[in-house]
This record gives sequence, C-alpha cells and structure tokens, in this order.
Amino acid sequence: MTSLPQSTNKALGLVIDLDTCVGCHACVVNCKEWNTGGYGAPLADLDPYGAEPEGSWLNRIHTFEVSPADAPASIVHFPKSCLHCADAPCVTVCPTGASYKREEDGIVLVDEDMCIGCGLCAWSCPYGAREMDPVENVMKKCTLCVDRIYNENIPEVDREPACVRTCPAGARHFGDFADPNSNVSQLVSERGGFDLMPEMGTSPVNKYLPPRPKTKPSSCGSATPLTAAQPKAGGLLGWLDQALEKLG
Amino acid sequence: MHPAISVIFFTVMSGAGFGLMAMIGVGVPLPGGLLAAFLIPLLAGGLAVAGLIASTFHLGHPERAWRAFSQWRSSWLSREGCASVITLLLFGLYTLIWMVTGERALWLGLLIAAGSLVTVYTTAMIYAQLKTVPHWHTGLTPTCYLVFSLTCGYVLATGLSGFVVSNSDAAGLAVLAIALAWIVKYMWWKHAENASLADSGSTMETATGLGNIGKVRLLERPHTGENYLTREMVHVVGRKHAAKLRKIALLLGAALPLLITLAVWAFTASTLWMVFAFLALMAGLFVERWLFFAEAEHAVSLYYGGPQG
Amino acid sequence: MGGDRHNVELSPHVSDEVRKTTCYMCACRCGINVHLRTGEDGQPKVRYIEGNRDHPINKGVLCAKGSAGIMQHYSPARLKKPLLRVGERGKGEFKEIEWDEALSLATQWLGDVRQRDPKKLAFFTGRDQSQSLTGWWAQQYGTPNFAAHGGFCSVNMAAGGIYTFGGAFWEFGAPDWDKTELFVIFGVAEDHDSNPIKIGLGKLKKRGVKIVGVNPVRTGYNAIADEWVGITPGTDGLFILAIVHELLKAGKVDLDYLLRYTNVPWLVIENEGGADHGLFARNEAGEPLIYDRQSGSCLSSKQPGVKPALKGQVTLADGRSARPAFELMAEKYLSDEYAPENVEKTTGVPAAQIHRLASEIAEAAFEKEVIVEQPWTDMKGERHERMIGRPVSFHAMRGISAHSNGFQTCRALHLLQILLGSIDCPGGFRFKPPYPRPIDGQPKPHGGCKPGEPLPGPHLGFLRGPEELLLEDDGLTPQRIDKAFSWDAPMSSHGLMHMVISNAYAGDPYPVDLLFMYMANMSWNSSMNSAGVMKMLQERDADGNYRIPKIIYSDAYNSEMVAFADLVLPDTTYLERHDCISLLDRPISEPEALADSLRWPVVDPATQGEGRDVRGFQSVLLNLGGRLGLPGMINEDGSTKFADYADYMVNHQRRPGVGPLAGWRGKDGESSGRGEPNPDQINRYIENGGFFEAHVPAEALYFKHANKAWTDWAIEMGLQDGPVENIFQLYLEPLRKFQLAAEGHGSRQPPDTHRDRIRSTFDPLPIWYAPFEGQGLDEEAYPYHAITQRPAAMYHSWGSQNAWLRQIHGTNPLYVPGGICDEAGLVDGDWAWVISHHGKIKVPVRRMEAVNGKTMWTWNAIGKRPGAWNLDDDAPEAKKGFLLNHLIHELLPPKADGLRWSNSDPITGQAAWFDLRVRIEKAPPEDHPVSLPQFEPQQDSLAKSADVLTYGREWGEGN
Ligand SMILES: Nc1nc2c(c(=O)[nH]1)N[C@H]1C(S)=C(S)[C@@H](COP(=O)(O)OP(=O)(O)OC[C@H]3O[C@@H](n4cnc5c(=O)[nH]c(N)nc54)[C@H](O)[C@@H]3O)O[C@H]1N2
Ligand SMILES: Nc1nc2c(c(=O)[nH]1)N[C@H]1C(S)=C(S)[C@@H](COP(=O)(O)OP(=O)(O)OC[C@H]3O[C@@H](n4cnc5c(=O)[nH]c(N)nc54)[C@H](O)[C@@H]3O)O[C@H]1N2
Ligand code: SF4
Ligand code: SF4
Ligand code: SF4
Ligand code: SF4
Ligand code: SF4
Ligand SMILES: [Mo]
Repeated sequence: MTSLPQSTNKALGLVIDLDTCVGCHACVVNCKEWNTGGYGAPLADLDPYGAEPEGSWLNRIHTFEVSPADAPASIVHFPKSCLHCADAPCVTVCPTGASYKREEDGIVLVDEDMCIGCGLCAWSCPYGAREMDPVENVMKKCTLCVDRIYNENIPEVDREPACVRTCPAGARHFGDFADPNSNVSQLVSERGGFDLMPEMGTSPVNKYLPPRPKTKPSSCGSATPLTAAQPKAGGLLGWLDQALEKLG
Repeated sequence: MHPAISVIFFTVMSGAGFGLMAMIGVGVPLPGGLLAAFLIPLLAGGLAVAGLIASTFHLGHPERAWRAFSQWRSSWLSREGCASVITLLLFGLYTLIWMVTGERALWLGLLIAAGSLVTVYTTAMIYAQLKTVPHWHTGLTPTCYLVFSLTCGYVLATGLSGFVVSNSDAAGLAVLAIALAWIVKYMWWKHAENASLADSGSTMETATGLGNIGKVRLLERPHTGENYLTREMVHVVGRKHAAKLRKIALLLGAALPLLITLAVWAFTASTLWMVFAFLALMAGLFVERWLFFAEAEHAVSLYYGGPQG
Repeated sequence: MGGDRHNVELSPHVSDEVRKTTCYMCACRCGINVHLRTGEDGQPKVRYIEGNRDHPINKGVLCAKGSAGIMQHYSPARLKKPLLRVGERGKGEFKEIEWDEALSLATQWLGDVRQRDPKKLAFFTGRDQSQSLTGWWAQQYGTPNFAAHGGFCSVNMAAGGIYTFGGAFWEFGAPDWDKTELFVIFGVAEDHDSNPIKIGLGKLKKRGVKIVGVNPVRTGYNAIADEWVGITPGTDGLFILAIVHELLKAGKVDLDYLLRYTNVPWLVIENEGGADHGLFARNEAGEPLIYDRQSGSCLSSKQPGVKPALKGQVTLADGRSARPAFELMAEKYLSDEYAPENVEKTTGVPAAQIHRLASEIAEAAFEKEVIVEQPWTDMKGERHERMIGRPVSFHAMRGISAHSNGFQTCRALHLLQILLGSIDCPGGFRFKPPYPRPIDGQPKPHGGCKPGEPLPGPHLGFLRGPEELLLEDDGLTPQRIDKAFSWDAPMSSHGLMHMVISNAYAGDPYPVDLLFMYMANMSWNSSMNSAGVMKMLQERDADGNYRIPKIIYSDAYNSEMVAFADLVLPDTTYLERHDCISLLDRPISEPEALADSLRWPVVDPATQGEGRDVRGFQSVLLNLGGRLGLPGMINEDGSTKFADYADYMVNHQRRPGVGPLAGWRGKDGESSGRGEPNPDQINRYIENGGFFEAHVPAEALYFKHANKAWTDWAIEMGLQDGPVENIFQLYLEPLRKFQLAAEGHGSRQPPDTHRDRIRSTFDPLPIWYAPFEGQGLDEEAYPYHAITQRPAAMYHSWGSQNAWLRQIHGTNPLYVPGGICDEAGLVDGDWAWVISHHGKIKVPVRRMEAVNGKTMWTWNAIGKRPGAWNLDDDAPEAKKGFLLNHLIHELLPPKADGLRWSNSDPITGQAAWFDLRVRIEKAPPEDHPVSLPQFEPQQDSLAKSADVLTYGREWGEGN
C-alpha cells in the first residue's frame, strides 16, 4: 500500500562514513553488477559504446569541494543511494502502490510489475535516489540488497548489501537502526551521524558520519616542538657522544 | 525540471477541458439542439481527455495506467485519476441526458462543476505537494491552476454562447477573469522569486551536511555524462531566455485575450470572437506551463552542482 | 501491509557454480569469486564477480574495475582472430588469418633475426604479470633488448628502495597498518596495492590514527588524510630533507638501529681528487671498516661485538684519512640549505608545517614506541627479548618517482625512514616476502649477444659500478636499444621502454628489424609525445620500407597500438586463460605471509562469443619458443616442450625444485617453496581458491633484514639459496663510483657531455635538485606544473571499452587552481590551450581550489583515438577527453650544449612524466568545441557494438 507503515519492526539501513570514503566507486559498480542480474529488470545502459552512454544506477558517488574560511579547501567524496526514509514521500506519492515501505524491516522498494513509470516518486525524493530504467521504463532504486541480506543461497557472512561487502575502505556499514546497540546505531552516536536535508522532513534511515576535523597547515598541533639536541655544545655531534655512551 | 511536452499538454488541456465542463455544469447559456448537445460536451470532454491521454505519454507503462486509481488515500496523482474519471463519467451521463432530453440537469451540472474543480485541484496538488520543488510547493499553485482552468472554461464557454446570445457583459466578466488569473499568476511568480531552494532552507550545505566545515561546491558529478536525474530534474534555462518567454506568455495569454475580450465588450461584438481569445489564452498558457516546469528548481540539483547546473 | 501483497524473492538463485581465480584489471591481483550461470544460449555466462574473502590481498573487497569485470570480459572490443595488416600502418586495416599462418609467420620473422643478429629483435612487454616467463624467453632467444614497463612506470621507487634497503614500497612492502601511529603518504593516487591500501586506510580511520597526505592534489586518499601537504611538484626531496634536518638537529634518530643495520658507521675515505675519494675504506677481504670506540682501532664492520664510532676523523693503517658516513650525512643535512625556512618557497610548504610535522613524526616514533613480546635472534647471533617498533610509517609512489630527481627523492624518503628506525619494525614499514632482497641477492644486468645463442644471463638487474655497464668495447656505445645501463641512465634496472620506439626509429644506437610488443599501448597513452610516436611507427626510409620494418603485437582488445602492428596475436581475456602470479616475478605476498596465485580458464573462450579464436599469449610464446628451438623450450628430440602455459607453470624449474608456483610442490604435493613438480599442482591451487599462502613464522615477522629465523625460512621456502647480507646503504657507494668516473678516474669514463650531470646528480647521499624540464626552460614562460592522476575506477586505456566504467569517466577536464583561473579569465566549462615547450593541446577546464596553486591536473589515459576500442568515432573520450602526453616530450628542451637528453631520471632512466611545465590560455568560445589534437579514426574489423545493454536480463527476478 502506498501509505507508510505506522512503524517498522526493524529500520535497516546504511551508515556512510565521509571521513573514510576515498571516492573509489567500488560500491557503485558492484551494486550495478549485483543488481543488473537480480531484483527486477536489469539496470540498462543506453548507447553503451557510443557518444552518449548512460544507464540506470542505484548508487552514485558525488565529489564536493569544501572551502573553510581559514584553511585550505578540502574534498569530500559523497556516496549516495536510497536512504530508506521513515517518512518516505516517494511512497506516499505513488499512485499505484508500486512503491512501498516494508513493515518488517523498513526497506523501501518498488514493485516493478505494478509501476507505471510515472516518475512522480523520483520527483518527490530530495536525494536523487530513484532513477527510471531507460529500457524497462520502471522505477529503479536501491533495494538495500533485499535479495542478499536474507538470501539462503549465499553464505551467511555474505548476507549484507553488495556495496558494503565490496567497499575496500570500510566506509559503509549496514545494520538495524531500530536497535540502539547495533553497530550502526553505535557509530551514529559516537561519531555524530547526521541526516541529509533534514528540512525535507523525510526522516532518512541512512546516516552520514562527518569528516573528522583536519589539521591546518599553520596550526601548532599537540606534539611538543622539537628542540635542539642537548648538550648544546657541539650540536648534534656533541649529543651523539652522550647518546652513544648511553647505548653502551 | 524538464518541461516534458506531454505534461505541459496534460495540464493545459485538461485544465481547459474541466474548466469548460464546470461552466457547462453551472449552466452557462449555450446553443441547444442535438448537435450542440453532442459537440459542446465533446469539446469539453475532448480537451480533458486529450490532456489525460497526453499525460499517459509520460508514463513508462501506460498499459498499467489503471493501477493509478488505487492509491487515492495517499497519492494526489491517484486522486487526480479518480476525480477526473468520476467527473468524466458524470459528465458523460450529463451529456446523455442533455442529448436525450434536451435538458441540462443542473443538479448534475453542479456536481460536475465541483468534480472539475476537484480534478483541477488534484492535478495542481501533484506539483504543489512536492517539498522538493519549492517553486511549486505553495497554495498559490492550485489557486493558479484553478483560476486558469476556470478562466479558460469561461472564455471558451462565453465564446460558444455567442451562437445563442450576445452578452457583452459576459465579455466584461471575462476581462476580469483573465486579469484575475494573471494577477494570481503574477503572485505566483512573485512567490517563485523568493522560493528558490535556498529560500526554502535547502542548500548544498544541508544537502551534504558539510556546511559546518565551509562553503560547499560540486567538483565532480558521479558520471561524466547525463543521467535520468540530470535530464529530468536539473534542467537549466537561461535567465534571459526565461524573461523573454515570460513576455511571450503574457503577450499571448494575457494581452491578446484581454484585447479581444475588451473589444468584444466595448464594441458589444459577438462573443463568438472570444473563441480567438481562448486560443490566444491557451497558447499563452502553453508557454506559461513550459516555464512552470523549466524554471522550477529541484532539490536534487543540489547534488549536481546547484540549480544553476 | 505492503509485505504480504508484494512478492519479493528473498532467496533468489544466484549462480550455478562459483569459480575462484585472480582479477586482472590492475597489478593488485585480488582474489575473485566468479559466479557462473547458464545464459540464454546455454553457455556459461558470468553472473557476478565478488572479492574472495579468504584471499590475502583483498580479503573479500573488490574495486570498481574488478566489479566491472563482466563488461571487460564481454567487451565488444575483444579481438577475435589473428590479424595481418593489409592497409597502411596506423589505419587499422587487417585481414583475419588462421593461427597456423600467424605462428609460422612469426616464427619466420623471429627465426630470421635470431640467426642473423638477435639484438635486432626488440621484445618489450607492458604491465604483464609474467615477466619471469617473457624475460626467460627473451634470454633464451638471445636478444639483449628486453624489458617491461618499469622504466616508464616507477623504477625510481623500485631501484631507490632496493639499492637502499633491499625492498621498496610498491608491491615489495606495506605499512604496518595495525600498529602504526602515524602514516604519511607521498604522491599516491591509486598505486598497485589498490585494495590493500584502502583496507589499510580504513583500519587507520577505525583506530583514529593520523594520516598525512603529501600531494599537490587533495583527492582520493589525500581527501581523507587528516592533514594535507599541498606540495609543489618535484620538490618532495627538499621537503623530506628538511624534516631530516629537523630530526637530526634535535637528535631524534634511532642510533641503535643505525649502528646495527646501516652503513653509516662505515668509514669513507677522504682523499680529495684521488680515485678513492668517497669510497669506503675496506680491509683486504674487501670488508668495509669502522672505527671501534672500544679498541680505538679500525676494524671490519663484520666483526662481532664492535662499537663503531659515528664521528671523528680516522687515520687508516695506510695513512689515508677517513670519516664515518654518519658524520658526512649529519654535516650535509644540518646545513642551512635544508632548514624549513629555506625550503618553504620552493616546496610551497609553510616552514611552520614542516616544523610541526617533524615533531609529530618524532613523537610518534620515539614516544609511542610499540613493543611486540616476541624474542628473536639477529644475523650476528644476538638474542633480542622483544621487538621494539617505531610506529611511523610511510608510503609513496609515482608522485615522487616520476620526476627526473625521483631516484634521489625516493632515497631521501628511505633515509628518513631508516633514521627513525622504522623499516621492518612493529608499526613501521614491513617487507613482503620474498623481500628483503638487497643488492647482494639481486642479479646483474646481462648483455652481449651472439647469433643463435641465448644471452649469458638475465637482462635486468642492479649494477654496482661503471664496470658493469652494458657498453660496446668503445666504452661509450650502448648495447641495448633503449640505452639502459649506459651512461645515459647507468642504473636503469628496469630498462627504458619509453625510449625504444624513438631510438629504433632514429637507428640510435642501431636500427631494429623486428619490434615485438605485448600489452602496452605504446602508440598512445604509455608514450610521451604520442603523435610523434605514431609518426615514427608510420615513417618509411628512402627505399620505401618502414623504418621499423616489422611489428608483432599481442593485445586482447582493439587498442590504439593494434592499428600499428603488422601481425596481431589476439590474447584471451583474464577469465579464459592460465596465468601465474609467481614469486619469481611480482608476487602477491603480504607482510605476514608469502603468497602466490594463478588464473585459470574459468570459462572457455570458444563459448564466450561468436567466432572467438584467441589464445593465451604465454602459451603462444612457449609455442613460438618451441618452433624456434629455444633452449629449455624444446625436448631432446627438438619437439616443443610445453603444451601450454599451464604445463610450463607446473613443470618448468628455474632452479632445481623451484618453479613458477611455490605451493603444493613435490610429487605428493606436500612441500612448499621447494620441491619437484607436482602434476596435480594447478588443481590444488584451484581447490584452495586460486592462491597459495605460507605464513611467516612469528619470530621472523619483523626485522627480516637481520633476522635469522627469517633467513632460515626464506632459504627453506626457496626464496634465497643462502644467507644474504642486508646492511641498509644510506651512503650508496655505487653512486660514488659513477661520480669518480665522471671526475676522471678509472678505465671507464663517461663522455665529456655526461660528466657534469653525473657528477652533480650521483651523490652517494640523497640530495635534491630541481627537475630537469623546469631547469631547461624559461620558467616565466611555463610557470605552472601539469600532472596526471589515476582514477580509481579506470585502468589506463583499457577501462574505456567498459560500458560501466566509461560512464564514470567518459571525459576528463583539466582541473585548474582557482588563482590561475582568475588570472587567465577561465570559468567552468571554458576551453583552454595548454602549452608546453613541446606542443599545445586544447582542453575543457574546471576550477578547483583543493590543489597546489601552481599545479593543474587531469585523470590519466581517458582520451582516446577515434575508432579505437570499438567505440563510436564521436565517443566523448575522443571528442572531449584528452591526453597530457601530447605535451610531454621524450627529450628534454634543447640546451646550450646542443644535446637532447632523454626526459628521464639521470640515474635510473625513469620517465619524468611529472616534470611537465606549462602555461595556459583561454581558447575563444566555439559552438561545438572538441579537444585538440584530433586524429583520424582507426578502422576495425569487429562487429558493431550493441545500442542497448541489458546485461543479466535472463536471470532477473522470477527466472
Ligand atoms: N585504478 C587504477 N589503478 C592503477 C592504475 C590505473 O591506471 N588505474 N595504474 C597502475 C600503475 S601502472 C601504476 S604505475 C600505479 C601508479 O600509482 P600512483 O603512484 O598512485 O600513480 P599516479 O596516479 O600517477 O599518482 C601519482 C600521484 O602523485 C601526485 N603527484 C604528482 N607529482 C607529485 C609530486 O611531485 N609530489 C607529490 N608528493 N605528489 C605528486 C599526483 O597528484 C598523484 O596523486 O597505479 C596502478 N594502479
Ligand atoms: N601522462 C601520463 N602518461 C602515462 C602515465 C602517467 O602517469 N601520465 N603513466 C605511465 C605508466 S606508470 C604506465 S604503467 C603506462 C601504462 O601504459 P600501458 O601499459 O600502455 O597501459 P594500457 O593502456 O593499460 O595498455 C595496455 C594494453 O594491454 C592491453 N591488454 C589488456 N588486457 C590484456 C590481456 O589480457 N592480454 C593482452 N595481450 N593485452 C591486454 C590493453 O588492451 C592495452 O592495449 O602509462 C604511462 N603513461
Ligand atoms: S566503495 Fe567505499 S570508499 Fe569507495 S566510493 Fe564507495 S563508500 Fe567510498
Ligand atoms: S531516499 Fe528518496 S527514494 Fe529513498 S526512501 Fe527517501 S525519499 Fe524515498
Ligand atoms: S514511477 Fe512507479 S513507483 Fe514511482 S510513483 Fe510512479 S508508479 Fe509509483
Ligand atoms: S544496498 Fe544494494 S542496492 Fe543499495 S546501494 Fe548498496 S548494493 Fe546497491
Ligand atoms: S584492485 Fe581492483 S582491478 Fe586491481 S586486482 Fe584488485 S579488484 Fe582487480
Ligand atoms: Mo605504471
């Protein structure tokens, strides 16, 4: 049903650590690879070897430049897929009931057999997490790898999203946000995980961890500044005698 | 937003169609006889249906469009579908009665008028509900859609009434309606000027959550080519281009119809001339609607370098 | 609600079979699980590729390229059949021929040259992972002209490390990710160790360990670094030596470590003007001397129990005077030249930042000491109760090595590591087996060639002085076509592949008859001056013959280089052949385990596309070896010895008991490292997931350079045949020997033209000098630097045929610092001319702030020649993408001496890609700008590629 569940038993989702993501696109491609032969229609590509190649993807990495007033600009690689919002507007706008949020785990899915490809859900999503498949003309979005996380045909350790399993830097974490003791809840509380565009009122389940503060070039830091070797007389070579003495 | 022809056509045509239906419903004087009872509803219904059919061109799976009636409890698009179909069905019944009895059933007509208004309102709400598009996310959007729908309907109905009566006061009222509609649109434009994403509190800083570090700017898009999102939601129109189009919209949609209706009123000419006012109005509305979409900034653009692209 | 109405298959069938092999999309060589499933045509098709969790390298993760393996394997640019050129070179006009014809033709061409003059074959291979086979083949063939890509890639890094401490970053070692307390990474975008570095950075982040990124550009690893040092390109040496200056000044060096493991106590002869000035004082046995503080006499450094002095002038028994190398070193680096305040301007790094970093480094090394409670015994027999570590680690790659001062810069970095005592200690840098492998355990280069005979030894190696140069009898003329091991680049341990085509074209030192290349896109992105190289390959002599008469090339795809070959040998894709990632070559070990691995045909090429008739290149090479009758490749009766590469992998023995694969040796498969060939070996690898791993014993985990347990184990595993001494060479005597030759000593001296440059750059202690290209130019005319970076999601030129990856990087803008944009009036979307001393290119521009203010950069190898890779002629890669290579010349700007020097490091010959200097000018706006230069499209005979791709449709939900 297009109405959102009052509450979900679990709130499965991802934590994405912006302090660790190196922007390598591994999660992006592995997601495409897993999903193109999996849930629903393949993730099609148009003009794949031509002048304007483009396709549908469920996860994309943006690169931002952030310029503080008093320090050099820095770069933040920014992965983005569906945030499985608690108050998902994409679900309520859907005229067909194709978009829904699962009561058991909070995953937001599109039932592709019901989707009319009106695109309204994509319009309602502030995050650009939905893309129309250019061949099947149905709405595509991150499934949170619903066909992996419960899949009994794959080993238990592998029952996590493809993007999480593949991320070389370990910048993506999967878990249940409804459980305050889960790895993801812990990370969010320890590292100050935040929501994207809270003003949109979507209550995203996925959280982002902020980049840790950077050292400024001219800061004095915490290490004790180096002082000339003692004894002063003879400089380094004077010190050397003493030091060698100590070594015996 | 990408100004898709199908959606422009849908909103303008169905707006006019339901506007006309509402006018018919409230009993605007119209020619009698079987032919008129057939042709006039055909025109109204035709406009509405053509608009609705156009809207299905926008669908990836039009053959599944029937599914869109199911979610009226939460979805404005679904509500629009239901309202339009119910209204059209009632209008069909109305037409039948009219054709068979030669009478226009007022009770049914009022119901149809209400249905038409509801339909146009739901159409507008498809856009107005979207927080992601602050230009649209205002009560002025449905107001605009409603006044334009009614104005179109009224101008056309008055035009058609020219076959039976010559009522220059009706033309005078049309002048007011057209003026009022564009005043509302002007208010919408004013609203839009102050309803950028930034005005609504969404910036690249909130989109990324990095604002506490510094000013945020896109360095690289995820892919070097376009994608569904950039084409659908990160449409960019040049400012100059938009200003020019706005003038054209006003010229065609306001100045010209006003001129015609004023002339009809002043010279007490046949209101039949107002059919031309209607055509000009429609032409202007196509441009207005193009801008409605093209100028709207979608929150997603913040992830693609901002509304400027 | 929802859940019951919507049917979701939560447990879909994934694959019919999982086959474990090794990825090939970069030299990282991760383990992969290839999920196979029957396709619509009833043949096995690749459903999914994921990382192998048990694999020592990637531990389950997989990068973007590896994950796009499906698209690489099914690329429409795959070659299908052997090709014989019919049109002009460079056009790409071929006819398909059968393998029989291709092999006979190749045999005839190769055989001819071998009987006449083997050096007229130049056999150069790219970044292949079977150099131990190709090198051996070339040696048996008898040409001195063999090398792989190392010369244009990162030989400075490899040679700088091997010469200094018997290891290197790159694939030879890694930071101790679990124990380090401070990590500094210089000039790395991706590196070969792609996934392990990312896994390691992830570990540091988890522990909250500080990461410092030294790089002109702040993307990728540098983006997540806690501190960024936005250094000016080519100045790292100076920056590092300023830190050395600070540490020495404060006495923050590990003296115990220096005394035990390095040559700084060795006495250096002081005899200004003499032929021994600057050499080590040695006893009759040739052992270096030290001054023993205890006995007050000069003793052999090898004598146990000595207490060497680190300073003071000593008079040797023969009356000569000498001083410990440490004192020379201290004097040198304590000089004001290296004071942070004096390097600030050149390096672009504020003095305050250098001061602070030096103190942070010292603090991590000496205040955060880590201790592993593990007793061990050193090579002198001394027992140590525990392993004490200096937990500062460094990593570096091409950012410091691809400069003309790269060798010395790499040495400077190793000097820093060694002063801190952080090589192979807990928390520091760690060797990966089979390393350490110091000079004493390394081969020397071999030249000399006779018709029909093999070369006396391996081509490449590490020479110790001028006497080992590969020169003709005149002492001047290089023996090799690339002039490796000549006065131009004496210590060019990996050869100079980037000079082969231009030297062969110029007939300098001699012309070649046959150029044989394997997986190197030399007419495009791996050459400097690509357009010039294309011309050289196409040009004819007065008789109308091509100046490079014949070219054989093996590629798997329709690359730019294919168009220039006369005979093309189509290779398989990585999922269709046997390959071996061998300890004899570039293995996949990690510090705690020795490891090697293989690839095997997880699918049969015949089932992987219509008309595919391709063969693994190594098998083809062995077959050609048999046909040519090369020793080792034929049986006694003259028949071909190896059926294919798999046969070789199992049965070839380099030394008795030591073969390409170390695992499951011996008739019964019970031995590791050494043992007889085991016919079942490949199956055993496959059963184990495609790799073999032997864990380094706990006692041998650190201090391998001086660890008895390590040596014993290395000998047992066949990594070495006996103990090899590994004293870190902070003072590098071979360099001094070259300087002495340049100063006029010895029987082999450089030509006068080379004297100055050798004298000034071959300093036995690491130095910094300004990169050559900048030195030779009017810096005002070319005020900026232009460099490239590897995109994580692309591998050189071959990523562009990949339908998925090319969406990520279909074009490349030039990222220009905001300041330069403002000055040149450039805004995003503008096009600009970028001009070097050699040429100009027109490129799209994007503004960037997080970059060194004098440096512009772009992604490497995105630009394509139209028509290559089976892409449309108007592909964005060809129309908007571009190569910086057109601006880089293989020769330096002409100087007053009238000579054109190779654009390389003077010591190793490493191509100096990142020395490029440019200026930038806004290009007038146009309606449809394209990048310039543009090239005529190359033809191809491959079927047109699909307009729409819906990979995996047959397995979608419900199927
Ligand atoms: N994804 C991917 N991985 C690859 C490859 C690939 O094509 N794609 N190629 C493989 C190959 S062949 C190689 S050789 C390795 C190379 O791996 P890297 O060494 O990482 O190679 P580059 O991308 O050339 O990176 C050079 C880095 O040095 C920086 N740099 C340039 N000049 C200077 C300088 O003067 N000082 C400092 N400190 N930094 C500088 C550049 O900004 C860049 O970040 O990567 C291997 N791995
Ligand atoms: N401007 C600039 N130029 C550079 C660099 C830089 O940093 N900046 N980096 C330099 C460095 S370090 C390097 S290593 C070079 C790399 O340059 P190249 O070695 O030329 O790299 P590739 O483009 O990968 O070309 C390798 C060829 O191997 C082919 N190939 C791929 N798979 C197979 C296979 O399975 N079998 C066979 N037979 N062939 C195959 C590919 O189709 C391609 O034609 O580029 C150098 N060029
Ligand atoms: S795989 Fe991990 S590090 Fe790479 S882009 Fe994705 S989240 Fe970032
Ligand atoms: S991120 Fe977008 S698509 Fe996903 S649940 Fe939220 S609104 Fe819907
Ligand atoms: S595109 Fe499909 S899922 Fe999205 S709102 Fe329309 S019908 Fe629902
Ligand atoms: S959870 Fe699965 S579907 Fe979602 S982004 Fe990750 S890999 Fe893609
Ligand atoms: S790093 Fe990527 S491309 Fe390289 S071997 Fe590993 S998975 Fe393959
Ligand atoms: Mo390389």
